[in-house]
Amino acid sequence: MTDFTMKTDADGVAVITWDVVGKSMNVLSLEGWDDLDALVDQALADDAVKGVIITSGKDTFAGGMDLNIIAKMKASAGDNPAKGLFDGLMKSHGILRKIERAGMEPKTNKGGKPIAAALPGTALGIGLEIPLACHRIFAADNPKAKIGLPEIMVGIFPGMGGTMRLTRKLGAMMASPLLLEGKLNDPKKAKQAGVVDEVVAPEELMAAAKAWVLSEPKMVKPWDEKGYKMPGGEPYHPAGFMTFVGASAMVNSNTMGVYPAAKALLSAVYEGAMVPFDVALRIEARWFTNVLMNPSSEAMIRSLFINKEALEKGANRPDVADERVKRVGVLGAGMMGAGISLVSALAGIEVVLIDREQAAADKGKDYTSAYMDKGIARKKATPEKKDAVLSLITATTDLEALKDCDLIVEAVFEDVGIKAEMTKKVEAIVGKDTIFATNTSTLPITELAKASVRPDQFIGIHFFSPVDKMALVEIIRGEQTGDRAVAKSLDFVRQIRKTPIVVNDERFFYANRCILPYINEGLRMLKDGVEPALIENAAKLVGMPLGPLQLTDETSIDLGVKIAKATKAAMGADYDDAADEVIFHLADEGRMGRKSNAGFYDYDEKGKRQNLWQGLRDKWSVADEQPDLVDVQHRLLFAQVLEAVRAVEDGVLTDIREGDVGAILGWGFAPWSGGPFSWLDILGAPYAAERCDQLTAEFGDRFKCPDLLREMADAGQTFYGRFGTGSDSKAA
Amino acid sequence: MTDAYIYDAIRTPRGKGRADGSLHEVTSVKLSAGVLNALKDRNNLEGHAVEDVIWGNVTQVKENGGCLARTAVLASNLDQSIPGLAINRFCASGMEAVNLAANQIAGGAGDAYIAGGVEMMGRVAMGSDGAAIAVDPSVAMDTYFVPQGISADIIATEYGFSRDDADALAVESQKRAKAAWDDNRFARSIVPVMDQNGLEILAHDEFMRPGTDMQSLGALKASFKDMGEVMPGFDKVAMMKYPHLERINHIHHAGNSSGIVDGAAGVLIGSKEFGEKFGLKPRARIRQTAKIGTDPTIMLTGPVPVTHKILADAGMTISDIDLFEVNEAFASVVLRFMQAFDVDHSKVNVNGGSIAMGHPLGATGAIIIGTLLDELERSDKEVGLATLCIASGMGAATIIERV
Repeated sequence: MTDFTMKTDADGVAVITWDVVGKSMNVLSLEGWDDLDALVDQALADDAVKGVIITSGKDTFAGGMDLNIIAKMKASAGDNPAKGLFDGLMKSHGILRKIERAGMEPKTNKGGKPIAAALPGTALGIGLEIPLACHRIFAADNPKAKIGLPEIMVGIFPGMGGTMRLTRKLGAMMASPLLLEGKLNDPKKAKQAGVVDEVVAPEELMAAAKAWVLSEPKMVKPWDEKGYKMPGGEPYHPAGFMTFVGASAMVNSNTMGVYPAAKALLSAVYEGAMVPFDVALRIEARWFTNVLMNPSSEAMIRSLFINKEALEKGANRPDVADERVKRVGVLGAGMMGAGISLVSALAGIEVVLIDREQAAADKGKDYTSAYMDKGIARKKATPEKKDAVLSLITATTDLEALKDCDLIVEAVFEDVGIKAEMTKKVEAIVGKDTIFATNTSTLPITELAKASVRPDQFIGIHFFSPVDKMALVEIIRGEQTGDRAVAKSLDFVRQIRKTPIVVNDERFFYANRCILPYINEGLRMLKDGVEPALIENAAKLVGMPLGPLQLTDETSIDLGVKIAKATKAAMGADYDDAADEVIFHLADEGRMGRKSNAGFYDYDEKGKRQNLWQGLRDKWSVADEQPDLVDVQHRLLFAQVLEAVRAVEDGVLTDIREGDVGAILGWGFAPWSGGPFSWLDILGAPYAAERCDQLTAEFGDRFKCPDLLREMADAGQTFYGRFGTGSDSKAA
Repeated sequence: MTDAYIYDAIRTPRGKGRADGSLHEVTSVKLSAGVLNALKDRNNLEGHAVEDVIWGNVTQVKENGGCLARTAVLASNLDQSIPGLAINRFCASGMEAVNLAANQIAGGAGDAYIAGGVEMMGRVAMGSDGAAIAVDPSVAMDTYFVPQGISADIIATEYGFSRDDADALAVESQKRAKAAWDDNRFARSIVPVMDQNGLEILAHDEFMRPGTDMQSLGALKASFKDMGEVMPGFDKVAMMKYPHLERINHIHHAGNSSGIVDGAAGVLIGSKEFGEKFGLKPRARIRQTAKIGTDPTIMLTGPVPVTHKILADAGMTISDIDLFEVNEAFASVVLRFMQAFDVDHSKVNVNGGSIAMGHPLGATGAIIIGTLLDELERSDKEVGLATLCIASGMGAATIIERV
């Protein structure tokens, strides 16, 4: 069975239908490419065929490319993967260019057969690049369909002609949100943006395409005609000049210089704009090859695409029966409880939202109401949908309402005593099979489980704030947590469309264990006289979304003080309090962070962040000699990644994929790197170990090289080489 | 090595570089040819009197294209056996022409040269020749390209110059330029621009605003704030290169930056033998020349390292220099120079500079060498140093001493 089939009707219209067996959405494989190539040849050669429509046998057109294509191309030229890629890409360009030229005379543009694309629904990546090579794109008016080129989101760019065709079709300025931000549109907006040519009622899609094919239409692309001028001007046209100068500055500052794909994309656009189209495609192939050969792109695809999806699909789910949640009880209607209720109801799960006061419970439910109102204002939701979602949530003070819940998520105050009391009360009411999950970011699960009469059904689920925006959920196994509790939590996370990692119970679990040293390293530097702007900018320039000082302002200074005191109490003499002086001083000054409109930064009366607080430089005077940027960055990153390695050593992390995906989604760890373990692989273990030694000598034992890393350095291993990337990637 | 001497140095007055500027009707070729003719007439340069005409020009497109130097020679009364070399080192093109000529003579390649340059900024707009460093993403991003105004503001931020510091320097430039004109100090150098009928088109620098004071400058809006902070946000790019800076302090505006003008200048340079042969008296020896590359983002700090270099190459120290010309591309460039060498403003740009009189890019380097020489003679001093900051991060300098 082939991915593409062709049928020619009595009027001489050949319909090529893309329908990959066994997939809910078409993806392009190398075999599929060959099928399409052969069918296009056949249609162009067949005198009975007057024109062609390329469409899909599904309700969507295509979801993109099978990323294995890249691996296969790389492997196809033996020890020269760049050549394999480049040749493979040029061959792909050849197929698309054959569709685009469709047998027209090269010089006169006469002859040829019109080829239309008919998109019943979503068309992403190569699923749009094929239509862009066709002569006219018809899209069914299906508001749920997404049309666009999202490649940049996983660290690559549209490299099957999409970059060259879209910039020539729309101009560099208009194409830039589609290419550089991966912006997706529904069919109507895609037409407004000029991406597709016609939007028609779904039932008229094929008829409209057929009528156009038979109308002897003009086929030649503007860029294949003499005198073609790029809309908005090519780079050295006065208007284009400004676009390109501005684009470099914006891409540079938006990517902080760490994402190679955006830069390569823009370079391809620039170089390609000044040459004939066939040369431009060659330029695109060279830059695309360059991006695909970049270790950052490989790491980003691995973490953000392949492994993220694998974890979402239950890569680490214990082998027990379906545990999907029907009715969830949420204890505590504060910010976390309200958010958990919202995402649960959105997923169609019944919610019982409990608080001590009815007003508080209602306020928690109002969060969902306000969220839906926002959606309605943005035309993303309807009043009916709002009613349906709200009807799933019961806000009450009555614990008896929890009776039929199959999952409880407790999100009350972070206090062992209060949590224990709630656990006991609720377990007495719910059924014996109910799983009890506690949402905590700092309290040990094993400790909390002591309050439970069914510790094997007791588990930690650490949501990140704000719940509706943050994609990661950290599931924590206590010492006695059983497989069914893990399966239930994973199924729940899958229902609410988030990405789970499963970790074992140690202080701060995984995410906070790594974030705290990052913050503390920033605070130490401040105390040691590093210019605060350098600390903040260094973090951003290595791909962290927030500098450590801004992050502390966002999470609040008093939380930091609380954690510091609690940790010190728990650890005693082992606790390193070097950084505490800084947050204690801010707390003494009443600067509690963004919420008090004063922290490491100043804020205006509307709460907008202004400059760093001058008082920082008054208190901790800025040294005359400032460290190199890279030294500051290495301190900030090593503080995190060494903790990640120790988490593997301690058995908290059992799968490095979870370590990488969790770091990027959980606290925004330098996404360009693919995560802490990918970053160490890019550095290479021997260099990383050596750097640890230098940092230890200069700054102290917290940078001491973990035994695992040392061992890997000596053996010349990489994390993904040692632990693998598949289901066998168990690290402990 | 043969010593190279300056025998003559002239310039046109500087016209406002826009449609209502007096020189707007004059082509680059005509303005250049006028300077060449004046040098020929003043020094009796008959026949193959000089080896070459080296002519600086930054925007070498349209009428400036096609080797403007050779076209200008052919449009002038110079002998056609004299060729022409068009060069571009941005704002130091006119100085580089002089330095190249001096070094050709030093190396024995010819006895004499005419070196100078021209820029008709109102006719051929700055930047209209394109520039890959700004437009080509792979270069612009790797070099953290920002426009010069942003660079000037980075200097101000990095080295702590305030808006008032810059405005005070601008006020002083205007004051000094007016005083110099009132005192006829440019008389020896200025060659009025005439039309084909012998009618005068412009005889004085018309860009100056003698009444300028702190208050009038205070009313001007910072020119590079929007492009820095809003669209497209060059400040963020600047901070990527200078991550210890929290914010860029935008202090420059039209009143404390160099003026956009039209103008040309030429210098006659030759060996001792050349002077003897043509009966000319040398005015100064070109003692040392230098050029250097610097960080392209802050871009305009070149005068400092190139001065260190030229002094070292010449075996001199800063205290050996009696007078300085530091091109007033932006106030912060001059402020940084004085700060770095702890040089008093009374020794720098004593007759005003490009903020008051304008900066015709390709000509300025030759202009300030002439201005420096005139002032050394007037004030009876010996040694002068001229230097300019240069786009894309370069610096150039020349040391001259009277003979």
